[in-house]
Amino acid sequence: MTDGVTTRPLIILPAYNEEESLPAVLKELAEQTPDYDVLVVSDGSTDRTAELASAAGVHVAVLPFNLGIGGALRTGFAYAVRQGYERAVQFDADGQHDPLAVQALLDGLERGADMVIGSRFTEGGAVTYSVSGVRRRAMRVLQWLVKVLVRQRFTDTSSGFRAFSRPMLEYFAHSYPVEYMDSVEALVQACNAGFRVEEVPANMRGRTGGAPSTRNFKLVYYYVRLLVVLLVSTTSRGQRQRRSARLGEGRDGEITG
Amino acid sequence: MSTEAHVLIIVLAAAVIAFIIHLVRSRRLRAKYSVLWFSIGLGLAVLAIFPDLLVWVSDLFGIGYAPATFMLLALSFLLVLALHFSWELSRLEDRTRALAEEYALLREEVEARLPRRAGDGSG
Repeated sequence: MTDGVTTRPLIILPAYNEEESLPAVLKELAEQTPDYDVLVVSDGSTDRTAELASAAGVHVAVLPFNLGIGGALRTGFAYAVRQGYERAVQFDADGQHDPLAVQALLDGLERGADMVIGSRFTEGGAVTYSVSGVRRRAMRVLQWLVKVLVRQRFTDTSSGFRAFSRPMLEYFAHSYPVEYMDSVEALVQACNAGFRVEEVPANMRGRTGGAPSTRNFKLVYYYVRLLVVLLVSTTSRGQRQRRSARLGEGRDGEITG
Repeated sequence: MSTEAHVLIIVLAAAVIAFIIHLVRSRRLRAKYSVLWFSIGLGLAVLAIFPDLLVWVSDLFGIGYAPATFMLLALSFLLVLALHFSWELSRLEDRTRALAEEYALLREEVEARLPRRAGDGSG
């Protein structure tokens, strides 16, 4: 195994019909962070997303149909594991993440964290990002629930700007939550499995193109579903995983989900 | 029960069994389901031929209205079946998903080895 400090990190961009914003995002990544490898996971896109990514010279994984962000990410994690990457970063294809902020996330991994979350709401984060009142309250409830479930406080549980260590990638390559609002569930899952999760401030911008992934009424449904999933999943399964993760030091033996 | 009704029920049960046999023979029903549906067909047939059985079971459990017993059994069965199908669907979806991911990764690997690709993705 190679030293984590010297290997190139992999930037994973799940993209579903992002032809509008993707070229600019890839260009920015290439210019500002040329030392990172980039993988675009085209999640059943029906537009030129995969084509444009190929043209930009980055790695492209093309899913035959839409799996949702969780499925696309899991594909990216599996790719990272197989290609031997020590670190990977989840990055948005719609331009709301800042390439220069990636380093702060990677620094978190160097400090020994397995998952580092770029937070919009912790001190030093988000100036240009605004959230509506209802949404803010919904996020507060999630924040509180996560705190109760994992006994650790997070200010931005649904952030999609995250960095992962090798053991975290190996774990998520087969057990990343594949349903919508994956990020919150993944956070709880990681904590329960005994991984160290850290939060760092990260500024995020408005979207440069494309429409938000879900309409409001659907969002409410997914939100309620998430609450149920969180409450159910942390009761028994999580405990077992935590134990096996500790026993195996997160290394030998697959942790069954 | 009138003789006409009795005959009607027996004919219906026979039709159900015949249809199940047809499905299994033409291999449109997997073996694991055929056993299940055959048992159901047989149960229906038995009840159709000996309707007093239902009354006897109802008395045993203190249910005054025999058809209610039938409804209760039918509903419980359908509920379990629907649950089973949900479980099976989830499992199928998981497998399809895994296949799709594997496909994407393999395709990436193949395309990375093809000469026509310009860069090797380092950028």
